[in-house]
Amino acid sequence: MSQTLPRQLVDTRKSEDLRVKRRESTRKLFARVPVWVLIGLLLIVVIYPLLWMLLSSFKTSDEFSTGAFWSLPTGLAWQNYVQAWTAGMSTYFLNSMLTVFPSLFLILLISLAASFALEVMKFRGSNFVLLAFLAGIMIPFQMVLLPLFTIYFQTGLINTRWALIITYTAFGLPLSVFLMSGFFKAVSRTVIEAAVIDGANIYQVFFQVALPMVANGIVTIALVNFFFLWNDLLFSLTFISSDNLRTIQVGLLNFSGQYGQVDWGPTFAAVCLAVFPTLVLYLILNQQVIKGLTAGSVKG
Amino acid sequence: MEIMLRDRRAVLAFVGPALLVYSLIVLVPIVWSLGYTVFEGNVIAGFQFVGFHNYAFLFSDPSFWQALLFTVKYAVVVTIGQVGIGLVLSLLYVFFLGKASGLIRTLVFFPVVLPTVAVAELFKKIFEIVPQYGLVNSLLQLAHLDAWIQPWLGQGGSAFWVIATMDIWRSMGFYAVLLFAGLVDIPGEILESAKVDGASGLRLIRYVVLPLLTPILFSSFIFSINGTLKVFDTVLALTGGGPGQATTPLTLDMFNTAFANGQYGYGSTLATSLAVLSLFVTLLLFRSARSDVA
Repeated sequence: MSQTLPRQLVDTRKSEDLRVKRRESTRKLFARVPVWVLIGLLLIVVIYPLLWMLLSSFKTSDEFSTGAFWSLPTGLAWQNYVQAWTAGMSTYFLNSMLTVFPSLFLILLISLAASFALEVMKFRGSNFVLLAFLAGIMIPFQMVLLPLFTIYFQTGLINTRWALIITYTAFGLPLSVFLMSGFFKAVSRTVIEAAVIDGANIYQVFFQVALPMVANGIVTIALVNFFFLWNDLLFSLTFISSDNLRTIQVGLLNFSGQYGQVDWGPTFAAVCLAVFPTLVLYLILNQQVIKGLTAGSVKG
Repeated sequence: MEIMLRDRRAVLAFVGPALLVYSLIVLVPIVWSLGYTVFEGNVIAGFQFVGFHNYAFLFSDPSFWQALLFTVKYAVVVTIGQVGIGLVLSLLYVFFLGKASGLIRTLVFFPVVLPTVAVAELFKKIFEIVPQYGLVNSLLQLAHLDAWIQPWLGQGGSAFWVIATMDIWRSMGFYAVLLFAGLVDIPGEILESAKVDGASGLRLIRYVVLPLLTPILFSSFIFSINGTLKVFDTVLALTGGGPGQATTPLTLDMFNTAFANGQYGYGSTLATSLAVLSLFVTLLLFRSARSDVA
C-alpha cells in the first residue's frame, strides 16, 4: 500500500502512527490498573482468611472478646495448641494416621498391580474391567453407605479401623487405576521386551522394570489419595462411633461443637492442626498435587 | 514375550485383588442398595418387604422436595460460580500474568486441598454473630451498616449463600487451573491471526478463545455439577442442615433418614434418587452438547 502513496504522505502517517501507538501504550498501562486491583483483591480474598485463622489460633480468649477482629495477637498463646492437642486432637490425629497410611499402602499395591495388568498385559475383557472401575468414580457414596454399614455390622467390623481401611481402599481404586493406567501407557515397550529377553519373569518385570519407571505416577497417586482420605468425613462419621477411634475431620467437627461456641482460640488451633499436614505436603509438592488432582477430573 | 503377557494366572494375580475389593465394597453394595428400596427397616430391627411404597412415599414427602429443591438450586449456583470465576481467573492468568502466573495459580489452588471441616470452621467464624462478631459483621459495623448485621448462618436464605460462597471460594482455583491448561493448549498462531484480523479484548475472548475452550469448559461443568449435587461435608460442617431443614441437601436428608430415623429402605430410595438425578443431569448435558455441535 505504501508503494502507491506519495512519500510525504507516508512520512506523516508514520509519525502519526507512532504517536497513536504511544498513546495506546499509556492507555494500556492504565487499562491494566483495574486488573492489578482485581489480582490484589483476589489475593486478599484467598490468603487473608487463612492468615486470619493462623493468627487467631495464637490469641487468648481476652483478646477475642476485647480486641478488634483484625487485631494481631499480642503474644503467641501456645496454650491454645496445648489445649486442643490434649483435649482430643492428638487421638484424632493418630487415628487418622493409622487409617490413612495403611489404606494408602493398600491402594498403591492393589491399583499398581491392576493397572499394570490392564495396560501392559493382554487379556480378554481388559477394557470392560477398566470401564467397570471408571463407573465407580460417578457413584454417590450415599448409594453404598447402608449396605456397607450392614456388612460391617454383621461381621463385627463396625466401629473399628478396619471398616475405614477397607472402604478407603476400595474407593481409592477407581481414580488410582484410571490415573495409573495413563502412566503405564507411557512406559516404553522396548524396555520391557529387553527385560523379558534377559530372562525376567512377569513379576520381575513389574517390580524391577515397570515400577521404577512410573515412580512419578506413584507419588501423584499417593498424594491425591492422601488428600481424599485425610479429608474424609462421611465414611468416618458413619462407621466410627466411639470417640477414641474418631479420625481428624469428625474429631474436629466434634471438637468445635464442644468448645467452638465459647472458646475460639483452641478451636482455631485445632483447625490449624488439622490443616497442617496438607499445608506441608502442598508447600513441598504443590505442582504434583495440582497436576494429580486436575488430571483426575478430565477423564471424559 | 507374547505368551508371558498373556499368562492368565499372572493376570489374575495382578487384577484379582483390585477386582475383588472393588466388587465387594463398591459394586455389590450398589445393587444391594437398590434392593433395600423395596424394604423398610434397619439392621437392628430387621427388614420388611414393602414393595414400591418407598417410591410412592417419595413423591408425597415434603422434606424430599425441599431437599431436592435445595440440592438443585445449590448445584446450579455453585457450578456457575465455580466455573465462571474459574474462567475469569484462567483468562487473567494467561492474558495478564503470562509466565508470572505460577505463584498466583499455586496460591489460589491451595484451599482445594484443605479439609472441608477446617474451612467450614473458618467460615463459621467469619460469619459469626455471637458471642463475638465475625469478620463480616465487624466490617459492617465499621462501615456503620449496622442494619445489615445479622446471624448469617442462622437464617435459611443467607445460610444458603454462605454455603455457596464457601464452596466457590474453595474450588475456584481448581477450575482456574483446569481451564488454564485448556487455554495454554490453544495454538498461539490462532490468537495471533485473530489479532491481525482485528479481534482484541473481549471480542477475541468471546469469538475465538471461548469456542476453542468449549470441550474443557464442558467437562468442567460436568465435573462441577456432579460434585455439587452430592454436597454433604460443607453443609454438615457449616449449618448441619439447619435452621430447621432449610439447608438440607438430598445427601444429608438421606443420612438423617437412615441413621437418625433408622429407615434404611427409604434412605436407600433417597440415595437412589440422587444417583438418578446425577445421571440424568449428566446425560442431559451431553445431549445438549451434541445438539450444539450438530
